[in-house]
Amino acid sequence: MSDVPLSELARRIRMHTVRMTHHAGSSHVASSLSLAELLAVLYRSILRVTPQTVDDADRDRLILSKGHACAGLYAVLAECGFFPLEWLESFYHDGARLPGHATAHGIPGIEVSSGALGHGLGIACGLALAGKQDDRPFRVFTVLSDGECDEGSIWEAAMFAPQHRLDNLVAIVDYNKIQSLGHVKDVLDLEPFADKWRAFRWATREVDGHDVHQIEETLRAVPFEPGKPSCVLAHTVKGKGVSFMEDSVLWHYRSPQGDEYQRAIAELEAVA
Amino acid sequence: MRTAFIQSLTELAAQDPRITLVVGDLGFGVVTDFAKRFPKQYLNAGVAEQNMTGLAAGMAMAGRIVFTYSIANFPTLRCLEQLRNDVCYHNANVVVVAVGGGFSYGALGMSHHACEDIAILRSLPRMTVVAPGDPVEAKEATRAAAAGIGPVYLRLGRAGEPLVHEKPIAWTLGKALTVRQGDDATLISTGAMLHTAVRAADVLAADGLSVGVLSMHTVKPLDEEAILETARRTRCVVTLEEHSLLGGLGSAVAEVLCEAGIRDVAFKRIGLPSEFSKHVGEQEYLRKIHGLDVDSVVRCVRRLGKKDPPLLQYGGEDRPIIDRKTPTAKIA
Repeated sequence: MSDVPLSELARRIRMHTVRMTHHAGSSHVASSLSLAELLAVLYRSILRVTPQTVDDADRDRLILSKGHACAGLYAVLAECGFFPLEWLESFYHDGARLPGHATAHGIPGIEVSSGALGHGLGIACGLALAGKQDDRPFRVFTVLSDGECDEGSIWEAAMFAPQHRLDNLVAIVDYNKIQSLGHVKDVLDLEPFADKWRAFRWATREVDGHDVHQIEETLRAVPFEPGKPSCVLAHTVKGKGVSFMEDSVLWHYRSPQGDEYQRAIAELEAVA
Repeated sequence: MRTAFIQSLTELAAQDPRITLVVGDLGFGVVTDFAKRFPKQYLNAGVAEQNMTGLAAGMAMAGRIVFTYSIANFPTLRCLEQLRNDVCYHNANVVVVAVGGGFSYGALGMSHHACEDIAILRSLPRMTVVAPGDPVEAKEATRAAAAGIGPVYLRLGRAGEPLVHEKPIAWTLGKALTVRQGDDATLISTGAMLHTAVRAADVLAADGLSVGVLSMHTVKPLDEEAILETARRTRCVVTLEEHSLLGGLGSAVAEVLCEAGIRDVAFKRIGLPSEFSKHVGEQEYLRKIHGLDVDSVVRCVRRLGKKDPPLLQYGGEDRPIIDRKTPTAKIA
């Protein structure tokens, strides 16, 4: 397991993400950049799972419901020793191991395959419910995108979890304010977003999703209220860490190439 | 069939704590006793089929064998992507139970007619598709699915289907069940059309035509061996299903016959046109209008049977499969 500081682990996740999407010519770089701190804290400080315990019945589970941010997930798993770092180099390539959305087949540490939005929270509810009914100690974390909260299935699950008092369930929303074709507020405004979760009877806290200490302190406090599922609304910046990608709709799909790639790497190396 | 299903599931749940029933707020009077008896193995997910299916996959990932239960198209089409991605891709032990296959809920109208489900579900990788022929088969199918064999679609009728099997049967998932022996033609039926197939065979037997009946309760994986054996022997095969002609049992059997290249086999699919029913009525009424009654089946087999010159035919405009002379109300 990587023992570098959390901020350094987040920086490495970003470096891998930019490199992977560059070599792959693939999209969604900014979606991974926004959750680098969240993934770093989860895998280093919160989740009770290691490369040695990926098959243990009582391990904590993380479901990346926003499966398009898989580059970030692959990066943190590789940094934490779940599989070799070399696997990242062939991300997206013909015949490679790592596809463009998180896949549970043959990739140690990935619990659930995702990619279609609005699926992760429902699966997480089922795992959490079975865990509670069977008196098992594991917890279930799921990371959602803001855009995917347009899906009705998210709110079906959001109603279900408090009904069944799933306080072993934590939903973390990477609220980076941009979805595929525009800013969230211009497409389907989610505000008042935290109030929506509270109205659905989730114990809800808001954090700065780039402040590793705040994230760590918050996630260590789950469940926020006994008998309630926990929601962490993480305010983030899409494309965080690369100045010209930040808060830009363009970088949901654009792949870093040429001069843009060089500048992105230079910026991320400068903060090392 | 739903009574046989819940009785069987109740027996199984008593022996295996992994077996869990998740309903989509349907099953009034059917699931009540199960819910009382097994509170940790029962859940009402509410009117939320996407979440019902996703959480069933999650529970299966935690070691459960989960039956989702609803009616008509609600546990299948409403949540098709959850079935594909969450259940099938993860090879989760989730059994999707749909009560009301075909026109079981006839008079409730189009929304409650499940006529494309077999075609759609059988195209999903890893999905086993089972449509039992009568309550005895429904019980056997429930038992087979409860063993934890990955994703299963269990298409049931409703309640009160007649018993076809009066003696104990040797029912095996994926193996066609011979219900009538016959040498002149074979009726292959799936689901609750089995009773119609057997009655048609009995009528034809009185005419001197020896017609076999196969209950093809498992549409996927399909018992290709049984199909080819009977086609080679009787040279006349008619499929029967309360389902669209596109992609269901008839299509599956046609694929097998065609690729095997058996010559001189007369073949006909009896099923529903790819249309929404324009008619109001209960199951028997709608079946008759659509040529799924005993008389229509008898006529079809007679035309196609050995007394006519054998023809290799897969459909064909010259031989309407159903009698459309039945008067029907026109809808503007």
